[in-house]
Amino acid sequence: MRVSQQVAGVAVTKSFWLILSILFALASHNVGAAVLPADRADVLYHSYDGGGVEVTGPSVLVRKSIGDSFSGSLNYYIDNVSSASIDVLSSGASPYEEERTEKSVNLDYLHDKTIMSLSYTNSEESDYIADTFSFNISQDMFGDLTTVTLGYSQGDNTIGKNYQGQPDPNFTEQNSTTRSYRVGVSQVITKDSLLTGVFESIADEGYLQNPYRSARYCVPPLTDPVPPPNCTGDAFEPENYPNTRSSNAIAIRGRYYLPYRASIFGGYRYYNDSWGIRGNTVELGYVHPFKTAWLAEINYRYYTQTKADFYQDIFPYPDSQNFLARDKELSTFDSNSVGFGISYDFATAGWKYIDRGSLNFYYNYIYFDYKDFRNALVDAPPQEQPLYNFSANVLRLFVSIWY
Amino acid sequence: MKHNILLILLVMVLTGCSIEPWVKPYERAHLADPIMNPSRDPVSDSYMHHVHEVREGSRGAGIATGGGCGCN
Repeated sequence: MRVSQQVAGVAVTKSFWLILSILFALASHNVGAAVLPADRADVLYHSYDGGGVEVTGPSVLVRKSIGDSFSGSLNYYIDNVSSASIDVLSSGASPYEEERTEKSVNLDYLHDKTIMSLSYTNSEESDYIADTFSFNISQDMFGDLTTVTLGYSQGDNTIGKNYQGQPDPNFTEQNSTTRSYRVGVSQVITKDSLLTGVFESIADEGYLQNPYRSARYCVPPLTDPVPPPNCTGDAFEPENYPNTRSSNAIAIRGRYYLPYRASIFGGYRYYNDSWGIRGNTVELGYVHPFKTAWLAEINYRYYTQTKADFYQDIFPYPDSQNFLARDKELSTFDSNSVGFGISYDFATAGWKYIDRGSLNFYYNYIYFDYKDFRNALVDAPPQEQPLYNFSANVLRLFVSIWY
Repeated sequence: MKHNILLILLVMVLTGCSIEPWVKPYERAHLADPIMNPSRDPVSDSYMHHVHEVREGSRGAGIATGGGCGCN
């Protein structure tokens, strides 16, 4: 199975570079219509509160063109995390607080109908460092009705583990690498509709598990792993993930301009990976401007996935198989998200150095419903513990200015 | 067979500039309206993408790239 995945990976890589070469060849003799992103600055405050986890912080983006052909942007982002999640509490650890800081720099180069983009992102926590390089090229063609985009990203991650706020002396620092290949096509269908298709293949290698998570097994250990287990209690053991993972995701998204000034949008994504997870995502939304300066949006998102092959809520006995996982992110679950947002445009005729600005407020309610992950904090035999679920409130409050 | 398909694709791409656009430039006012932009606010969209991705097994074919976890 692994050999066939490697062969498939080589095929994807070869096709990817072939298409990239064609785009580079085309980039040299077209006359332009592609445009660089507008000069703008955003200051965003974000807040996530759900499942015992609170994450808040700012995100600041500044984008500025340099001459006619270049545009650069800088982004500074912080997550202030306060966590007493079920994962933390059921492992016996104390609630903790930490900060994640992410810095990104991006440069876009416009040449005729081609935009090439380079970006670098550094993300740091006390126990996790990630460096990601990304390259994208997009090409307008077919009378500017079609835009083809290709992208490659590589992320190098360093994973540590803390114990009582300090690096755990019993944990050796680990590494992982993520490589991502993307192909996208954006197509104008009519004067009122747009369609976008994206395919992304991602390959991971290295230490892919979360060092804080544990798998659990039956106490007393069962000798016969036939479900349903009859456990009177549980105990925990370290998780063990495969050190490779390859995934494919394909998405199609569309937007339609309604007969009055408003738009509807929708999208579908299918996902699968070598760990056995299959995911489906559906998104729908409606955008409605009113009173010239206001804009309202409502959106809905449904997500469902199957579990990883090596996931179980409870294993029959310790070390019962090669790979063990009890991360709820790898379990069978679905989530429903509903949200709304409102924007107000100000200084639409310009003011001093700015062309216009907007104030924005967005709220989302997300409900996660797990199908084979039980609440291990409930004092009951494992098979009688209720299935876990939680809800989250997500806020975005931001101001944007264009100049 | 594979080479033929690639050749056809190459010809299609290279001759693409001569295709008559069925939506004329002067008919694109609706498409240029910000409400038709798939990512009107990149910072805000990137944040929501991160919110979903760290809590789900699926990844990719979205709008953002980047690293970090922040998800214990």
